[in-house]
Order: sequence, then structure tokens, then C-alpha cells
Amino acid sequence: MSVLLFTALLFGTSILAGLLGALTGLGGGVVIVPVLTLLFHVDIRYAIGASLVSVIATSSGAAVAYVREGLSNIRIGMFLEVATTLGALLGAYLTARISSHWIAIVFGVVLLYSALASFRKRKHEDISTTPNALATRLELNGCYPDAGCEVEYTAARVPLGFGIMFGAGTLSGLLGIGSGAVKVLAMDQAMKLPFKVSTTTSNFMIGVTAAASAGIYLSRGYIDPMIAMPVMLGVLTGAVIGTQVLVKTRPHTLKMFFGFVLILLGFEMIYSGWSGRI
Amino acid sequence: MSHPSDKELDASVARMLLVGVSIAALVVFAGGILLLRQPLIPIPDYTHFHAVDPSLRSIKGILTSAFRLNPRALVQFGLILLIATPIARVIYCVFGFARQHNKLYTGISTLVLLILLYSLSKGAH
Repeated sequence: MSVLLFTALLFGTSILAGLLGALTGLGGGVVIVPVLTLLFHVDIRYAIGASLVSVIATSSGAAVAYVREGLSNIRIGMFLEVATTLGALLGAYLTARISSHWIAIVFGVVLLYSALASFRKRKHEDISTTPNALATRLELNGCYPDAGCEVEYTAARVPLGFGIMFGAGTLSGLLGIGSGAVKVLAMDQAMKLPFKVSTTTSNFMIGVTAAASAGIYLSRGYIDPMIAMPVMLGVLTGAVIGTQVLVKTRPHTLKMFFGFVLILLGFEMIYSGWSGRI
Repeated sequence: MSHPSDKELDASVARMLLVGVSIAALVVFAGGILLLRQPLIPIPDYTHFHAVDPSLRSIKGILTSAFRLNPRALVQFGLILLIATPIARVIYCVFGFARQHNKLYTGISTLVLLILLYSLSKGAH
């Protein structure tokens, strides 16, 4: 394949991934690795390197839109980034130790989880408002504008949330993804923070988490300019178009479709890793 | 709590991130244009991992080659700018919290910064 064709195909695919990721709120990075490995037969380590770079780009690029809504909590984000960045260091070290078969299998499981998490119906929000000693001491509280009235919230089960965040960071460093679904799980389910605060704070944290493993990826030679260039520019372009088209509405059918794509890719990754093709 | 407020801190941080990403994307794009000057040469074998050239793996090597307008190094340089963007965000927060006289969060953001710099130092030599 010529350089021009390779770049063009990769760029086009990445635009689509970034666009779908932004429209569905699932992030574009999560499909880049399976597409690069399964379709383009690129070694999973190059794929992970390119994906991680695109994750930093979309997270930082989307921050403006999120911050304008005034929902992210910079203190909760910073506190949990201690856990995600440490996890990301561990994950980046593990990628060199674990065989690519196992990385593919873990990747497949995370894809399935992300898809299932997106299908799950959001029940009535269970927001924690009673202050606990640890959350108060760490100033893990805030309020957000909800239909005009200010809703106050405080973080529950801080150690559990911190622990899940460490896991999210490890997955991010191991697989080169934002692992937004696991981050939201930690904040929304474990710490009982409002859903909107969880998603926007999660996006804010993704860039910093990814930066923690990026230095290690770079020194190991996972980031190849020929692959990372079209992927980063494509995913970013797609994400920008996606957020321009629809700022708030998340089209339901598209989300279902994308969820099924993730499930298919998840099974394919597990099968490929298991049978030794990756 | 004194100035700046959390929301002002948030907004200026977001603007900084956008500027960082835009500059990084422009540099990567410029490198990409140069990369495609020979569009018909075949791509290297990516089906097996070889790790990229050592000069493209260290910050020093990338900077040296990027100034000579080596296309691959220029792309890598753009990617380093991209990686630096969230790090700059954390530095910004360290100062923001310090100006709020919030010792706890000045310390927490410094800790995050140290972890990030540790990772980057792996690619520094």
C-alpha cells in the first residue's frame, strides 16, 4: 500500500470514529485500536500509541464546550487524577510485559463493558448530599445549575471511587484509550456524584491521564508519526464536527448502532487475541 | 475563598487547552504535508512491532531533527506539544490553587504534575 492511500484511508476512518464518538458520547479512541488492528493489520502497540494521542486531542479540544456549561468539578478532577495518573504509569509498564494476545482480550472485554454501560438505562439519580468526614476534608463537594436551581452535592465512598479510578488509569495506560466509561462508573455509581458532573469531569481528566502514559509510549517507540498523524488529525476533525452538529442531543438510534458496533468489535478482539491472530 | 474563582479558573484552563491543541494540530498537519511529498512510496511493515527510530523516541532527538524540517520529526514534535497541553493545564492549576491560598489542592496538583513529569522524563533522554 502506498503512503498516500494508507494516510487517506486512515484519515477517513478516523474522522468517522471521532464523529461517532462525539455524537454518542462514547469517545472515538475506543474504536481506533480495533479498526487499526483488525482492518489495517497494524501491530496493536502502534495502534495503542496512535489512539492515545488522539484521546489527548479530543479531550483537550472538547474541554471548552464542557466548561462553558460550568459542570465539571476541578477539585474532584484533580484529586482523582492522582489515582488515574499513577494507574496510567502502571498500565504503560504492563503493555511491555503482557503479550499482545492478552492486551487484545482485555481490550475486547472493555469494549463490551463500554457498550453495555451505554445501553444501561439511567435510573433516577441518587445524589449524595450528606457530607462525610473524608469528602469534607478533601473539599470534594460542589453545586451545579440544574433547571435554574442550584443542586448541592458531596462525594460519597471516596476510597472506593479512588480505587476504581486507579483501575481506569491502568486500563487507559494499558490500552491507549480514555476509559471514560470506567471513570464515569467511579464518579456516578461509586461516589454518587450527579451524572452531568461525572461525565464532564471525566472528560477533563482523560487528557491528563493519557499524558501520563504518553511519555512512556514515546520512549518505547509506540508512537509512529506515519500512523499517529492521520489518526490524530482525523479523530480531532471528526470530534469537532460532531460537537458542532449536536451540542446537547445524543441521538438514540445512532447510540444503539454504535453500541452494537462496539459489541461486534469486542467479540472480534477477544477471538483474535484468543486465537493468536493479534 | 479569594480570586480567582473555580469557574474563572475552569474557563481560562479550557481556553489554554484549545490553543495548545490547535497549535499541536497545525504542526502535525505541516509535518503530514511534508511526509506526503513522496506519496507513492510503499508504507513500512506495520504488521509487526519494531519500535520507531530511536531519534524519534526522545525529546532531544525529535527537537534536533524537527528543526531540520525532517517530516517525521515534525509530526512527533507536534505530538509532544499535544502531550504538553494537559501538563500545562496542571501547572496552571497549581498556580490557580496557590492564588486561592488552597494549600491542600496546591499540593495535590503538584503531586499530579510530578507524576506527569516523571513519565515525560522517560522520553527525555
